[in-house]
Amino acid sequence: MIVAERKPFEEVRAMVKDFKKVLTVGCGTCVAVCLAGGEKEVGVLNSELKIARRLEGNPIETGGVTVERQCDMEFLEELDGIVDEYDAIISMACGAGIQFIAERFPEVPVFPGVDTSFIGVNREVGWYEEKCRACGTCVLGMTAGICPVTMCAKGLFNGPCGGTNKGSCEINSDQPCAWHRIHERLAKQNRLQNILDICPPNDWRNQTPRTIVQPGYKERLAAFDLK
Amino acid sequence: MKSGSNLEKILRAGHFAFTGELGPPRGTSVAAVRDKAKHLVGMVDAVNITDNQTAMVRMSSWAASLIIIEEGLEPNYQMVCRDRNRLAMQADILGASALGIRNLLCLSGDHQQFGDHPQAKGVFDIDSTQLIGMVKKMRDDGQFLGGADIDEPPKIFIGGAANPFAEPYEWRVHRLAKKVKVGVDFVQTQCIYNMERMRQWVKEAVDMGLTEKVYILAGVTPMKSVGMARYMQLKVPGMDVPNEIIKRLQGAGKKKVADEGINIACEQIEEFKEMKGIAGVHLMAIEWEHKVPEIAERAKVLPRPVV
Repeated sequence: MIVAERKPFEEVRAMVKDFKKVLTVGCGTCVAVCLAGGEKEVGVLNSELKIARRLEGNPIETGGVTVERQCDMEFLEELDGIVDEYDAIISMACGAGIQFIAERFPEVPVFPGVDTSFIGVNREVGWYEEKCRACGTCVLGMTAGICPVTMCAKGLFNGPCGGTNKGSCEINSDQPCAWHRIHERLAKQNRLQNILDICPPNDWRNQTPRTIVQPGYKERLAAFDLK
Repeated sequence: MKSGSNLEKILRAGHFAFTGELGPPRGTSVAAVRDKAKHLVGMVDAVNITDNQTAMVRMSSWAASLIIIEEGLEPNYQMVCRDRNRLAMQADILGASALGIRNLLCLSGDHQQFGDHPQAKGVFDIDSTQLIGMVKKMRDDGQFLGGADIDEPPKIFIGGAANPFAEPYEWRVHRLAKKVKVGVDFVQTQCIYNMERMRQWVKEAVDMGLTEKVYILAGVTPMKSVGMARYMQLKVPGMDVPNEIIKRLQGAGKKKVADEGINIACEQIEEFKEMKGIAGVHLMAIEWEHKVPEIAERAKVLPRPVV
């Protein structure tokens, strides 16, 4: 899932300081699971805003709606009648959702309520770990299911490097060395040959905005004027 | 001859190579480079010029390399993968070769988090093994990594690093093998203090036939103080400093510690001269360039052969 962190309150407060009626939109999928931008967090942020603005003698009116997914126009439709009543929107979705709301309501200023952090996993409630950088050229088959792009601080493809420190990464003894683990797991699976072969320079496919149309949908989408 | 560098000639002639190191200044002082360089003239076959070492901004490695050429030294231009993508690297390699730099040491680089710009975006477009392969392709195939032909390819003696001491141990010789496979001509090792482990690693390299294909220069750094030895033991990743080294330094008595550090280094060098599979020593006298003449003298590696 996409993991995000709530922005510091003062930052959000500064962004909406000139607005009197603000709609805070939560997202019911990834950011709700990681406790950053779901229904509950929408309520908390709105309460914080109302209290702070009342104390400064400049009250704010807030609304709160949480849609299933902000990265899907189908769910953004629900906001069509509501948005008109507000001066600004705070989106608590990931960066994708924030941009999709801004695209649907181009007349309305949209502000991020969270910082989108990474694609990661739920290690335990409230504890998330980054796992994927979406490089677009997955090598997990070679590396025993451990991503060197994400988990190795230097993103090495032919590791482990000489900085591996008793199984930890040189940057931090709490950070396991990705390549140490790759080596260990491949050795157990008797597949060390994978990393004895040279891994050539990566084809970075995340350097331009990407669009994917699944093969079965190409014909159908050709009917739309995508321009 | 792949590059015609002095280091390549020394190694090909079968001489025991002796290389040094020089860290460029954190400023524009040409005098600072020349001052450090003058201690090394006639003492070493080539001098590694570090590239933003420990991720601290310094005068660029190629620029300092050009200054030491004027001083009569041969640079071993270090290049790290942290700060440049494949375009910048290839451009710098062309420029370096055009201006007479003939040795290049290909490194990953210390992570930017250690340095004075921890917020920097680390590039790591390619890794050190891939960099070695890229330089070989430029030199031997006359092609850029992207495949286009190079008009007058660079002449570079290609170096890499090796660390016999980082875990997993059994991987270390394979990492060397990978660098050999992509075309490294010589490697310089991490600073060696655990001789037992070093002997084992070199033996593995000899047994695998790697030392027929690559010149291994053993990394030696004399300890200046007990504090330095402790710091290296505890704080420097991938470094293996046995307690015996620390005890020996402690036992040397006041004002004799640095001298004992040099004794240890000289004993190591004597052993490396005889060790099958070792082609030379890389002396990393960190911020101790002025001591290099004394160390070279005591290690009996002078005069340096002229080839």
